[in-house]
Amino acid sequence: MLYQKLIKGLHWSIGCLLLVLATITQAGEAEFLAHEQALIKAKFEQKEHIMMAWYKADTQQAVQLMELMLASELYYQKKEKRLYRVTDARKGAVAARLSDGESVTIAKKRNFKRVSINNHLRALFRQYIARAGLTAVEPQQRIAAAEAIMGNTDPDLIATVTDLLAQETDAEVQAAFDLVLAVATLQSKDKDQQEAAIKTLGESLQPAALNALKQFLQTYSESDLAPLASQAVDRINGKIDFYNGVETLYFGLSLGSVLVLAGIGLAITFGVMGVINMAHGELIMIGAYTTYVIQQLMPNHIGWSLLVAVPAAFVVSGLVGILLERGVIRFLYGRPLETLLATFGISLILQQAVRSIFSPLNRSVETPAWMAGLIDINPLLSLTQSRMYIIAFCLLVFLLLLAIMKRTRLGLQVRAVSQNRNMARAMGVRSEWVDALTFGLGSGVAGIAGVALSQLTNVGPNMGQAYIIDSFMVVVFGGVGNLWGTLVAGLSLGVANKLLEPWAGAVLAKILVLIFIILFIQKRPRGLFPQRGRAAED
Amino acid sequence: MIRLLNQDRGGQLLIGSLLLAIILVPILNALPDSSSLHVPTYSVSLLGKYLTLALLAVAVDLVWGYLGILTLGHAAFFALGGYAMGMYLMRQIGDRGVYGDPNLPDFMVFLNWQELPWFWQGFDQFWLAALMIMLVPGVLAFVFGYLAFRSRVSGVYLSIITQAMTYALMLAFYRNEMGFGGNNGLTDFKDILGFSLQSEQTKIALFIASAVALIVGYLLCRAITTSRAGKAVVAVRDGESRARFMGYRVENIKLWVFTFSAVLAGVAGALYVPQVGIINPNEFSPINSIEVVVWVAVGGRATLYGAVLGAILINYAKSYFTVELPDVWLFALGGLFVLVTLLLPRGVTGLLKRKEAK
Amino acid sequence: MVIDFESEAKNYPERGKVFDFLTPQHNPALNVDKSVLLYLESLSVAFDGFQAINDLNLYIGNGELRCIIGPNGAGKTTMMDIITGKTKPDTGVAYFGQTINLLEMDEPAIAQAGIGRKFQKPTVFENLSVWENLELAMAQPRDFLSLLGARMSTEQTHEMAEILALIGLEDQINKAAGALSHGQKQWLEIGALLMQKPRLLLVDEPVAGMTHQEMDKTAELLRSLAGKHSVVVVEHDMEFVRNLSAGGKTVSVLHQGSVLAEGTMAQIQDDDRVKQVYLGE
Repeated sequence: MLYQKLIKGLHWSIGCLLLVLATITQAGEAEFLAHEQALIKAKFEQKEHIMMAWYKADTQQAVQLMELMLASELYYQKKEKRLYRVTDARKGAVAARLSDGESVTIAKKRNFKRVSINNHLRALFRQYIARAGLTAVEPQQRIAAAEAIMGNTDPDLIATVTDLLAQETDAEVQAAFDLVLAVATLQSKDKDQQEAAIKTLGESLQPAALNALKQFLQTYSESDLAPLASQAVDRINGKIDFYNGVETLYFGLSLGSVLVLAGIGLAITFGVMGVINMAHGELIMIGAYTTYVIQQLMPNHIGWSLLVAVPAAFVVSGLVGILLERGVIRFLYGRPLETLLATFGISLILQQAVRSIFSPLNRSVETPAWMAGLIDINPLLSLTQSRMYIIAFCLLVFLLLLAIMKRTRLGLQVRAVSQNRNMARAMGVRSEWVDALTFGLGSGVAGIAGVALSQLTNVGPNMGQAYIIDSFMVVVFGGVGNLWGTLVAGLSLGVANKLLEPWAGAVLAKILVLIFIILFIQKRPRGLFPQRGRAAED
Repeated sequence: MIRLLNQDRGGQLLIGSLLLAIILVPILNALPDSSSLHVPTYSVSLLGKYLTLALLAVAVDLVWGYLGILTLGHAAFFALGGYAMGMYLMRQIGDRGVYGDPNLPDFMVFLNWQELPWFWQGFDQFWLAALMIMLVPGVLAFVFGYLAFRSRVSGVYLSIITQAMTYALMLAFYRNEMGFGGNNGLTDFKDILGFSLQSEQTKIALFIASAVALIVGYLLCRAITTSRAGKAVVAVRDGESRARFMGYRVENIKLWVFTFSAVLAGVAGALYVPQVGIINPNEFSPINSIEVVVWVAVGGRATLYGAVLGAILINYAKSYFTVELPDVWLFALGGLFVLVTLLLPRGVTGLLKRKEAK
Repeated sequence: MVIDFESEAKNYPERGKVFDFLTPQHNPALNVDKSVLLYLESLSVAFDGFQAINDLNLYIGNGELRCIIGPNGAGKTTMMDIITGKTKPDTGVAYFGQTINLLEMDEPAIAQAGIGRKFQKPTVFENLSVWENLELAMAQPRDFLSLLGARMSTEQTHEMAEILALIGLEDQINKAAGALSHGQKQWLEIGALLMQKPRLLLVDEPVAGMTHQEMDKTAELLRSLAGKHSVVVVEHDMEFVRNLSAGGKTVSVLHQGSVLAEGTMAQIQDDDRVKQVYLGE
């Protein structure tokens, strides 16, 4: 992690290097040439002095050269005795002269020789780079530099850090510097300082702080401060557990959101209408494939494609749903078991259709850049943005559906028809039309779920099968005919699954959750939030 | 037996043809290859496989057709019976496996297991395996049914939780840690009761055993459905609460029939495995359970012989399609689901009966 | 199982003797020392806030014929549901005789203890024949294994024949119950109820869809059953209730889940409260 940050910083610096070197001022040119010649001629021992001198003269320049050396990209032309940056030492590759940024094509590979360094120099350079980084303009770079020198007790460096800390204004950087000092102070002979350091470290969430404390406990196990240190370790471990818990909860909620998304369409078709639709999973699949097709149609606007896909998937899956309702399901009202069989047949047909049209293989759907990335809360906890979006999206869809069912005319009619079809008809509700629209709504929501799922799992002909049982479990567990129940059931099952995973493994966790639901339904056949009353008893 | 087949023309026809097949198939198989009437051994095994599936269908018909429970868990009972048989067959391999371990099946050696897990003990004895073939599905059905029926879970809910049970079992059997060979399941069988599974005689014997099992299973189901208990079963299907107000313990009646049917499915699975040579977790997959229901629906519910007819017809079609037109098969099967439920609620036999009545 | 039905029908007993074979089963646990067969005390039950039964008190004497009337939603069906174990009340007690606590029992146990129920809508097993419907209703051990080996005894065949004659379906024994007319289904259900030999009969709107002759026949039957059985009849048809309760039998009026008035038909008709809520006068 730290190393990666370092490398990132390195690349960034190299990127700027040519720009900087190409604009070497006239005044600096002579100086540059002198250093350049010295470096090319120098042996290992001399290189250290040369680079230190260079560092004092022009820190930025020296650091960038050190970075090039660490990356093994610094070469010199034997005849010319000039430094070049060579990323690819092959005949025909391009080399860039550092002094003026001129590009040269390598004619003969042996004309270029790498400026070699040894491990001693490597360590030294890293330290210098870090030291330079401590004064970098970007706070992030200063923090990265602080992390890189963590554990270093070199008095010069510590003094530098101490000085810099006094001038530092950025709170995060201050914390990072504090930590460096505390880790270093831990090694000091002064008990009071040590004690203060332990206290500072105990508050930190950096892995380095924990390591330093553990190391301290090992080396000074007899010290009076050992109990204090072990307390601090416990505190940090407690925090680690806490943030792991938060992370598990987060994973659980995002899994739960997926379950809710997959199940919420079913909560409408099965829960409200009482239609058991085994092709629900395939309606999700159709939504996912719609996303795929949209991305194929607008390959240059992946970022927008998802936003287009949501309404598109709603319409496509919704239409398929309406077709299904008009063509098959309406002939089977009141015969739930037959509906189950017929819709299962339809699910087979849809799967095979997708196989025939798109291929049996999984299709890859791209994730837009705005969904990728991490949100760093603290060193122990970073949340993936895509999961955040899924959770938010799930809640949005849920609230929209809730609003439709509770606030709109359609919702009112749907509830009327589901409670008493004949009465509703007598009052002028066109029940057939309501049936078709409700089923279309539920199916369309399944399609939307497909868009979300396309970002998380493979899009393939079998993806619907994977979700159908889960969806039914969520709806039945939550209590049929109750959207809130579906939300609570989905989220809690997701969290339960993720809680079980660490000690049971993913598959066993899933099995355990299934068994739990089976037993739960035995105990409370009407789910978490049952509909009560005489009507529900028949 | 005669009494049971009174007024059951379908049943008479079925038992008659099965008895005929038991006599004719070995004879036709013994004919020289050149003869046009020769039945290759391969076909005998295929027929035997169809008969075991037909027995499974009869078991499902008893539960769905007569008791009105749309079970999506019978593939699990079938597979459990199959696994019990598979375990016996694995132990019969002895030291002839790839790793030559006298005690451990190959996959356990591969997983570095040191000794046989406790639940594999004794499976080298056929009697124990035979007992388990019936006991394991029976006990599972009993426990599951006891809980479900007592709390009056019924209709679609029951279907869904039977499916969840099957799905959970499938996931479990995919795990290597379960000790049933994980993904690959149990295979590479050599002998049964000391007879090589490769020999023609064994294959014919297995075919005959399947036919006999189907006859016995059919007659047992028939004995139930024609008895007063059978009337009570239908009463429970058509008017559960009325049956209750009449003093019938609906849950007990359901439990008896469900458990018996599960045992029947287990036996079918046990006969299926040696004839196809493999058992793996795919047998648990939810689609299998639903497919059986469609066999019954196509044949005609609550007739028993219709289930046999449907199972054989569709499986024959499946064998044909998956070889000749693999892409069409799922379309055909899916279409069948829809057409039968919409247009042929009483199945093929219902259609025949209606013609007869005209 | 082929019965020579014609010869059985010839043994059709005289009217006066008809009801000997209907003697209820003797339930050893049933104690009617106090001459009261059914106690319902301070029963209350609510569905989603709707108070279906509200502090209901009702006593049915041993051998009594009781008519219960009340407007829609008065709680008649819910009361029956509580007695037969379908619905559990929120508060209150329900005893069958002195000792049998109905609230601790489920539907089959209550049925086997001797309470039979006829539903408002005729509910027969439509796919079973008339004969099979009665066969299942017959008093007999009801566990699966006994049923599996059950054979018809001569005595039982007699009983079946007598009931069939009584309900006038002796020519239809092999007909599927679903193919019967509405009135025939009502009779079949009554026949099935009698086959159960219950001590207490709960009859919900028995004459709905019957002709006048059939109504008279039903009234006659119900009146003759009283004495050995207790009979509770819930009915809307005032004419029928008047006919049934003739001779000073008690009629109870249910309103908003509790008993509004009790007395003879004449008393009820004079009661001001009843007039107000029920007769609308």
